[in-house]
Amino acid sequence: MDKILVSPNPHLHSKTTTAVLMRDVVIALLPAVVVSVVFYGWKELLVLAVSVLSCVLIEWSVTKYLLRKPCTIGDWSAAVTGILLALNLPSTTPWWVVLIGAIVAIGVAKMTFGGLGQNVFNPALVGRVFLLISFPTYMTHWVQPQGLFGVDAVTGATPLGVIKEGLMQGASVPELMAGHGYSYSQMLFANIGGSAGEACAIALLVGFVYLLVRKVIKPWITLSILGTVAAVSAIFWLANPMQFTDPLFNLLTGGLILGSCFMATDYVTSPMTTKGGIVFGIGIGFITLMIRYFGSYPEGVSFAILIMNSVVPLLNKWFHQKKYGRA
Amino acid sequence: MARRTFSIGGVHPSDAKISRDCKIEVLPIAPTVYIAVAQHIGAPAKPVVAPGDKVKAGDVIAEPGAFMSAYIHSSVSGTVKSIGPRQDLSGNIQTVVEIEVEGDEWKEGIDLSDTLVTDIPEDPKAIIEKVRLGGVVGLGGATFPTHVKLSLPPGKKCEMLIINGCECEPYLTSDFRTLLEKGEQVVVGTALLMQALGVDKATIAIEDNKPEAIEHISGIVSAFKAKGGKYEGIEVLPLMKKYPEGGEKQLIDAVMHRQVPSGCLPIDVGAVVDNVCTALAVYEAVQKDKPLVENSVTVTGECFPKQANLMVRVGTPLRYIIDYLGGVPQEAAKVISGGPMMGKAVANLDAATLKGTGGLLFLTREQTKRMPESSCIRCGKCSEACPMGLEPFLLRRLYKAGDMEALEANAAQDCIMCGCCLYSCPAGIPLLDIVSQARGQVMGIMRARAAAAKAAAEAAKPKTE
Amino acid sequence: MSTTIIWTIAIISGLGLLLALTLFLVAQRFKVVEDPRIEQVEKAMPGANCGGCGFAGCHAFAESAVKAPDLDNHFCPVGGNETMKQVAAILGFEIKEKAPMVAVVRCNGTCANRPRINEYDGSLSCKVKASLYSGDTLCSFGCLGCGDCVGACKFDAIGMDPETGLPVVDESKCTACGSCVKACPKGIIELRNKGPRSMRMYVSCVNKDKGPAAKKACSAACIGCGICAKACTHDAIVIENNAAYIDYAKCKLCRECEAMCPTGAIHGINFPKPLDKEAVKARVQERQKKEREAAAAAKPEVKKEESNG
Repeated sequence: MDKILVSPNPHLHSKTTTAVLMRDVVIALLPAVVVSVVFYGWKELLVLAVSVLSCVLIEWSVTKYLLRKPCTIGDWSAAVTGILLALNLPSTTPWWVVLIGAIVAIGVAKMTFGGLGQNVFNPALVGRVFLLISFPTYMTHWVQPQGLFGVDAVTGATPLGVIKEGLMQGASVPELMAGHGYSYSQMLFANIGGSAGEACAIALLVGFVYLLVRKVIKPWITLSILGTVAAVSAIFWLANPMQFTDPLFNLLTGGLILGSCFMATDYVTSPMTTKGGIVFGIGIGFITLMIRYFGSYPEGVSFAILIMNSVVPLLNKWFHQKKYGRA
Repeated sequence: MARRTFSIGGVHPSDAKISRDCKIEVLPIAPTVYIAVAQHIGAPAKPVVAPGDKVKAGDVIAEPGAFMSAYIHSSVSGTVKSIGPRQDLSGNIQTVVEIEVEGDEWKEGIDLSDTLVTDIPEDPKAIIEKVRLGGVVGLGGATFPTHVKLSLPPGKKCEMLIINGCECEPYLTSDFRTLLEKGEQVVVGTALLMQALGVDKATIAIEDNKPEAIEHISGIVSAFKAKGGKYEGIEVLPLMKKYPEGGEKQLIDAVMHRQVPSGCLPIDVGAVVDNVCTALAVYEAVQKDKPLVENSVTVTGECFPKQANLMVRVGTPLRYIIDYLGGVPQEAAKVISGGPMMGKAVANLDAATLKGTGGLLFLTREQTKRMPESSCIRCGKCSEACPMGLEPFLLRRLYKAGDMEALEANAAQDCIMCGCCLYSCPAGIPLLDIVSQARGQVMGIMRARAAAAKAAAEAAKPKTE
Repeated sequence: MSTTIIWTIAIISGLGLLLALTLFLVAQRFKVVEDPRIEQVEKAMPGANCGGCGFAGCHAFAESAVKAPDLDNHFCPVGGNETMKQVAAILGFEIKEKAPMVAVVRCNGTCANRPRINEYDGSLSCKVKASLYSGDTLCSFGCLGCGDCVGACKFDAIGMDPETGLPVVDESKCTACGSCVKACPKGIIELRNKGPRSMRMYVSCVNKDKGPAAKKACSAACIGCGICAKACTHDAIVIENNAAYIDYAKCKLCRECEAMCPTGAIHGINFPKPLDKEAVKARVQERQKKEREAAAAAKPEVKKEESNG
C-alpha cells in the first residue's frame, strides 16, 4: 500500500457507466439489425456499416481536431446514433447519402451543441429528417424485403404511404387495406415495405424488453406514446372508419415502434421525470397521428419526436420529482 | 406480506456483509488511548482532568459544554498524560485527552456482570438523567446526544419509538452482531427508551437481509411480552433491503408511512429513532451504571485478511486495531471509518476511535477509485436514486451558476448526504461533492436570514412596548 | 392595376406609421429616467463586471458613485487610478491615488518542498477538499492545488504551474479585483502593494504550526523563528501564530529578511539583481553583533537578565 486515497463519500460506485448503458442499447438493437439484414440483404449491411463507421469517425475527428477535447467515441453513443440512423433509412439509400446523414446527425445535431448530453434534438432523427427533406426520392423509395441475397428489388410504398395516396385519390380505408392484402401478423413479424428498422416490430420489441430488464430505460415514455396513438386513433376510427385507419394499424406500421422504443426514450432528449415523460409521450403520440391523418407526409413519428424534443426543457422546468416531506 | 420500504428513491449496492459470522470479540486494551472531547454533535465537552491525574475506566474526564453536549468518560484506567491538540482521522486538529493505560480497573458502582436486569424504573426523568450521565450518544452515525433526543420539546408527543436495526450500509455488521449476541439487552434498552419517552409503541426495524436477527429478536420480544408493561408494545418489523433505509427520515417513512417535513424533526411527526447500539448503551447506562466507553466496530473488506467484529474501547488508535488483526494489507487503497456509502475516508491512521465509530473498511483501488468524470447524459438516475426526491443534476447546474435562491427553492438544504446520486451516476460526476457544498451554503444563508429576522424582531419589540 | 399598387403602398405605409406610433408611445410610457452621468461613468469603467469594487458590476458601481457624497468608498481595482481620475472628472470629485495592488500566493508548498502523504480522489475543488480534510500533505494551511482561484479569475491572470502544483499570478494581467482571495478556502492569496517597479517582499507561507511541525510538513515553511523580525530595521515584520507577516506599507525592500530566513520562506521578487545572500547575512549579523555589544556596554544588567531568562 502506498499513498492512501481520500475522497468524500460515497466510496462505492455502481458498475453502470455511460458506456455500459450505451452498449446495452446497441445490444438491444441487434435483433432489429439482424432481421433487417436478413430481409434486405447486403445492401442493408452496407448502409449499416457506412452509417456506424461514419458516425464514429466524425465524432472522433470533431473531438480531436475541432474541439480538442478527450475523445468520446469510447462511450458507444456514436455507434448507437449510427445504428439508429441506418435503421431509419431504406436499404436502397446510396452510401454517400448515408454519409451526409451521419455528418448532419453527429456533426450538426450532436457535436455543435457540445457532444453527448448537450444536444437538444435526437441526432439520428435530425439526420433522418434532413435526408427526408433533402433527398425525398431516395428516402421514399422503399423496397419490399427481398431476402439476404436477393437482387430483384421490388419497389413499393409503405402501408402508410399507400393509404395516404389512396385517400387522396378518394378511396376508403377498408378498400385500400383489402386491396393491398395488409394483415396485422405480417406487420408484426415482417415483410412490409419501409425503412429497415420498421420491418419487424417483434425484433424491436425484444430489444425494448431487454432494455427494460437491464433497467436502462423506464417504460413510461413508450407506453404513453403507444397509448396515446391507440386512444386518439380509436376516437377517429370510430367516428369515421372510411376515412381514418384503425388503432392497431397505426401502432404496427411506420416507425412508431422504433421511434417510441428507441428514439423517444433517448436519455439526452427526453424529460428527466416520469411525469414529464408521460406528457412528452402524449405529445409525440398526438402529433404523430395528426401528421398521419392530416399532414402531407404519410408518417410523422420523426417530426413528432423532434417537435417534442424542443419542449423537453420546459417539461423539465414544470415537472419535478416528488420531494420527501414537501407538499 | 408485501415488503415494506421507504417510498422515494434508494439504491441497491451489493450487500458484502462478509463479517456477518464473526462473533464480537473483545479487543485487548491499547497501551495509550486518545479520547477526543468533541465526539458528538453540539458543543465539545470541557475536560475536567489534568495531566498526571489517575483515572479509572468509567470516570468522567470531560463535562458537557452545553445542553447540546455529552459527558466523556475515560474508557481505560491509567494516568492522564496530556490534554492537547491531536489530528483526527481527517487530519484536523481536535482537543484530545491522552491516557496511558495501567491495568483495567473500573469505577466503583459499575455492574460489569452479565445478569440481565429487566425491571424498568418508573421515573422517566431518572432514566434520562442516567442516560445523560452515561454520556450516551446516537450510535447510528450522527452521534446526537441521546438525552437531548429523549427530552421532548414542550407540546410534542411521541407516538412511536423506532429502533433502527437496518444497518443498510454494505459491509457493516456490528449492529447485526449486537442484535444476535445482545438481543435481550437491546429489547430492555428499547423498553427503557419507551419509558423515558412515555410512549407505548416501539418498532424494531430490521432489513430482511438479516433473517437470523429478525427471528432472534422476534423470539425475545414475544418471550418478554409476558413481562407486561412497556414490553407489550414492542414489535419487530422486517423491511426490504434498500439503501439508505437506516436514514432517520427514510425509516420513519418506511415504518410509519409519514414524512418529516423539511426543516422539522422526527418528533414533529411523532417519531423518535434510535439505533440498536444506542438502545444497548442506554441499557448499560441505566441498568448497569456503565457509561458509554466501548462500542462494537466491524473491521472488514475483501482485501483485509481477517474479518472481525470487535468490542473496542473509545479512543483506541486505529493503527492499534489494524495491527491487532494483521496490519494494513498491501492491496488496500482506502481506509474508511464507517460504511462505504456514508463513512469518512481516513487520512490519518494514527487517529483514535470515537463513540460513533462503527466500522473500519478496507477497499482496493479497483473498488473505490472514482472514474473520470464525463458529461451528463441527462439520464435522471441521480434523481431517481435520491431518497429525498431532489434533483442533483439540477442542483449541480444551479450551484455552478451561483443561483442560491434557486438552490433553496429546489431544496438543496434537504440533502442527507447519503451518496446515492454519486453512486448511481453513470458519468461519474461528483454530484454529492457539489450538492453538499450547495447544501452548506444554502443552510448558511438560511441561518443568517433566521438570525437577522430574530434580531429585527427583537429590535422592533421595544418600540411596540 | 395602378389602384392596387397605390392601395398596397398606402396600407403598408399606414401600417408602418401605426406601428411606429405604437412603439413610440410604449417607449414613452416605459421610459426610465436615469442620471446621464451614470452612463458616462459606466463608459469610463473597464466593463469587466468583475465585482472587484464590491458592487454587483460596473453599472451598479456607477449608480452608487453618482449618488455618493465622495469617492472614498468607490475604487475600481481593475481600472485603477486612471479610471478613477476619469470618474472623478465626470462627477467633479477629488480622489486620492491608491497604490496599485496585485494578488500574491503565499504558499511555498511545491511538490518538491512538501511531500504528498495521501492521494485526493474527490472532485477538483479546493472548497470540497477543504471541507473534507486537512489536505494531502502534512501542512493543513497550505495550497490545496485544485485551482478554485484559477476558476474565479475573470482575467485569466492566474494559472496552475503543473510542476509545482501551485497557482502562479500573471501580474501583467492581474487587476487585484480580489476574486481569487475570496475563492481560496485557505486564505493563502493576499492583495499586496505592487511595489516600485513591481519589486516587493512577502512571506510565502501562512503555516501556523509550531516550528518543528511546520518544518516537517514543508521544507520551505515559515517556522515562526523570528529571525527576520529581529533583522528588520524598519519594524515591518510581525510574528503572529508562528508565522511571519511583512507589512508592505513599512517594508523598505532592503531584502535583509530574505537573506536571513533559514527556510527560504521569504520571497523578494522582480529585483534587478539576484540577492547575494551570504554578503547580506554577514552584514546583518555584523550589525546585530555590534548592537548587542553596544547594549551590553550600556546596560550590563540587561544581558544578565536575558541569559537568566
